[in-house]
Amino acid sequence: METLPLLALSPPGWGGNLLRGLVNSVQIALGAFGLGLLIGTAGAYGKLYGGPITRDLLAIYTTVVRAVPELILILILYFAVTDAVNQVLLAIGYQRIQISGVAAGIAVLGIVQGAYATEVLRGAILAVPLGQIEAARSMGMPPLLLARRITLPAMLAIAMPGLANLWLIATKDTALLAVVGFAELTLETRQAAATTKAFFTFYLAAGVLYLAVTLTSGLLFGRIERWARRGEPSLRGAG
Amino acid sequence: MTDPPLTDPSSKPVAPQGSGRARLPEWLAPHRIVLAAIGLAIVWLCVTQMRWDWLPDYGWLIAEGIWRTIWLLVVSCILGFALAVPLGLAQAVGPWYLAAPARVFCTVIRGTPLLLQVWLLYFGLGSLFPSIPWIRQSELWPLLRQAWPYAVLALTLSYAGYEGEVMRGAFRSVPRGQLEAAQAMGMPRLTILRRIWLPQAVMQVLPTLGGETVLQMKATPLVATITVVEIYAVASRVRQDTLITYEPLLLLAVVYMALAGVIVLGFRWLETRAPARAG
Amino acid sequence: MKKTITLATTLLLTAGMAAAQDVRVGIAAEPYPPFASPDAAGNWVGWEVEIIGAVCAAAELNCIVTPVAWDGIIPSLTSGQIDAIMASMSITEERMQTIDFSDRYYNTPTVVIGARGIEMDATPEGLAGKVIGVQVSTVHQAYVDAYFAATAAEVRLYQTQDEANQDLIAGRIDATQADSIALEAFLATPEGLACCEMKGTVADDPVILGSGVGVGLRQGDPLKDAFNAGIAAILADGTYDEITLRHFASSIYGG
Repeated sequence: METLPLLALSPPGWGGNLLRGLVNSVQIALGAFGLGLLIGTAGAYGKLYGGPITRDLLAIYTTVVRAVPELILILILYFAVTDAVNQVLLAIGYQRIQISGVAAGIAVLGIVQGAYATEVLRGAILAVPLGQIEAARSMGMPPLLLARRITLPAMLAIAMPGLANLWLIATKDTALLAVVGFAELTLETRQAAATTKAFFTFYLAAGVLYLAVTLTSGLLFGRIERWARRGEPSLRGAG
Repeated sequence: MTDPPLTDPSSKPVAPQGSGRARLPEWLAPHRIVLAAIGLAIVWLCVTQMRWDWLPDYGWLIAEGIWRTIWLLVVSCILGFALAVPLGLAQAVGPWYLAAPARVFCTVIRGTPLLLQVWLLYFGLGSLFPSIPWIRQSELWPLLRQAWPYAVLALTLSYAGYEGEVMRGAFRSVPRGQLEAAQAMGMPRLTILRRIWLPQAVMQVLPTLGGETVLQMKATPLVATITVVEIYAVASRVRQDTLITYEPLLLLAVVYMALAGVIVLGFRWLETRAPARAG
Repeated sequence: MKKTITLATTLLLTAGMAAAQDVRVGIAAEPYPPFASPDAAGNWVGWEVEIIGAVCAAAELNCIVTPVAWDGIIPSLTSGQIDAIMASMSITEERMQTIDFSDRYYNTPTVVIGARGIEMDATPEGLAGKVIGVQVSTVHQAYVDAYFAATAAEVRLYQTQDEANQDLIAGRIDATQADSIALEAFLATPEGLACCEMKGTVADDPVILGSGVGVGLRQGDPLKDAFNAGIAAILADGTYDEITLRHFASSIYGG
């Protein structure tokens, strides 16, 4: 195709722009996934062992986030959070602060991921054999050590498919940040396509880049799951 | 509420829940009442303190937008599921020349963002039109001019990609014995599929399908970027015309939560209609 | 410990104050040639980008060009994510209810372009039965809604003018209305020239179309004086004309 030179890595090719956008996308996805895991762990423990109010509040959180489209959540959080933070600062008498696009994107997507992660991790913790936890408790293990040594390792293997899915959702949701104008891969693609009019070329190139990330992640998570399941007997040949 | 007499001060009441001793239903428990009161207070504050004067002006547009969202959702889910069944079947038991393309399709759809797929279909195909001059005289031209066919196509393909994967697992997990018994009875293949395999596969994954339908509903706002006027586009329009930032977004959130609730309840009802497992 | 906290807080606050002249100038994240578009290296170039640099230099502000999605640019300003908007935003009464504007820095007529071979002009009768595309949240959308929507077959709203142009090339819409300079730049491209031609200038309506393009600012912001001074300075010392003649044949300051 005569438009292939447009993908060159250095100007006048737009390939460099696309790769920069990809790096931004992966950065935000990593940040959001990590934040989501933290919120999810706290949420899962809260839902399982917390008091009734905690459980209800967490139920409201997960229900709302899982029912409202990410696009709307991104818009609400992007403007509302910056606005609220700045209003508070102004009221106290400080200057407005600028929340960088990356931080806002990570925060917003992290909150969304957290709701899904809560459900995944809660299901995984529930699937850890109760006997192991009881045995550890009867040995007098403090709760934090119990979580670190027993619950989390066992839960990791069970949660892996769900977490892999969450990671894929995080990478694809970064595309939504194009709608708020953040310079990640989809926006860079749109800008390049609009400037050069070579729509097919650039959208296909972006698709290939996303696929590369997805497939690599799939392989990576497969390995992590095999490592997490090390020592378990193989289910092959059973029934 | 009466507590059982405590003979041993260090022991806790051991009556399990639902043991017959009178207690309030769970949703009337004290903390729930407080939370509900706070919730109602927030709703009342929102209704009275925020600006809702734009609602009557845009009422008709909002109704149209909600209808279009529901319509897009229903059509893309039905068509997508119809496509997902052969995709899942091909991957579960098909020969390699059917299974491989199906697998590639599902992988590509699930591996790329929907926004990109939507833009590729609408603007990518659109950029090819000038090089096909006879297309403007063709029968399809009125359809190709508008945006909603591309929206339906993109959403359908997306749903089919995800459900194809779900149905693959579903078809594999139906007990082989049933299929073999039906074959032994001399049932034609299509009848086996229609009477035994498909219904059982669907019933097994009904909860997953419900969740995926909610996800599909959450994906519909993306078609607003290709000029389809569904409820998100209407809310954006209101935001830009009136320069009010939050109220239209809140309305959107409420609408989508209501839709999600309807979908979840609908699928729960479908699950109750599934015949109970016979052991 | 307390001393360290006080010291740190003071440093943070004074750091904020020292950089107080850091002005985030929002531009649309979508390309709008020839005013602002990204090049292959990721830098923003165009007439408007150069004017931003000139005005800020004359006003002694440290401007940081910040791309923001067009349909969220006003909320971004009011919520404090950016401090000024220089994205070819027209000064209108309606917008002045929410934000403030500096003096104008250009004013150009509004035109309609349409597909070759279809008879039309920039009047309600001329556009009867046509499919018109226009960018959301612009004065052009308001104008089309007020004047052409009654007779037109359909009005389609696009996120960027560029997408409307694309659909015009593809034949999905018959006409689009926008700023004359942006559309002339589009008609100069090979695809634009092949598909479409200028159909006419719309009848002026200062209330809807506004009185020129100015810098959008928060209401009551002292930056307004700084920007006005900067614009006056570059108009007076010839920088404005020098930049303009590099991009256009004649001045676009307008009357």
